[in-house]
Amino acid sequence: MPSRPISPHLSVYKFKYTLTTSILNRFTGFGLSLGLVLLAYWLMAVAGGAAPQREAQRLLALPLMRVIYAALLFAFCYHLLAGIRHLVWDTGRGLERRQSQRSAWLVVILSILLTFLIGYGLLHGARAP
Amino acid sequence: MSLSSPLRRVLGAGPSRSGVRDWWRQRLTSIALVPLSIWFVASLLALPSFDHVMVVAWMAQSWTALLLILLVLIGAWHSQLGLKVIIEDYVHDEGGKTLLLVLIGFAHVLIAAAGTFAVLKVAFGGAP
Repeated sequence: MPSRPISPHLSVYKFKYTLTTSILNRFTGFGLSLGLVLLAYWLMAVAGGAAPQREAQRLLALPLMRVIYAALLFAFCYHLLAGIRHLVWDTGRGLERRQSQRSAWLVVILSILLTFLIGYGLLHGARAP
Repeated sequence: MSLSSPLRRVLGAGPSRSGVRDWWRQRLTSIALVPLSIWFVASLLALPSFDHVMVVAWMAQSWTALLLILLVLIGAWHSQLGLKVIIEDYVHDEGGKTLLLVLIGFAHVLIAAAGTFAVLKVAFGGAP
């Protein structure tokens, strides 16, 4: 096979909102895949009984994990909203430049707001950490 | 009417060998995950604590168990499809690509099976 340029040509794009929102969707999706491993680990720990769950809880309560939870929470909020944006696009709506610009900002701002809202709820809601 | 040439059909070629099917499944799983993931996060918010008794009591409820299993299965499927696209986009070495796709597939089957098994075990009273 002759070596020739293969899409996607990462280095040729100007850094604009279209690229940013798209790559963020991919990054957050990748992060959530790792979050899925964490979810399965937690479920297995719960299924193991009280002692294994305490053991896992100690690991899951490490200070480093808080950073990971915050990142996962933002990843979830962004990927959810950006995913809904994509689904709307799939119906053929919202593809005009102005509309797409507006929805890009909407997704970014709403996902940050939602992250803080849920984060606040987790820290100060029904349970004290 | 198929747009692919006879040769391409015989070879099963094309960059991913399964483009439209995977694209469609990615959409369907994403639609399913919207309510499922919102339910999951809302449930975590509503849980008074994460200690064993509380989590087991929550997880053992029929609807919780059912929705959790759906979340793990559909989430794993969606995740596998997403990672597959990333690998196909950025890994161009045939051998490396195949190896990665197989590993990603195995990992997701493991996650799906572990999650389902764990929830069922708790739901059937196997984790007192």
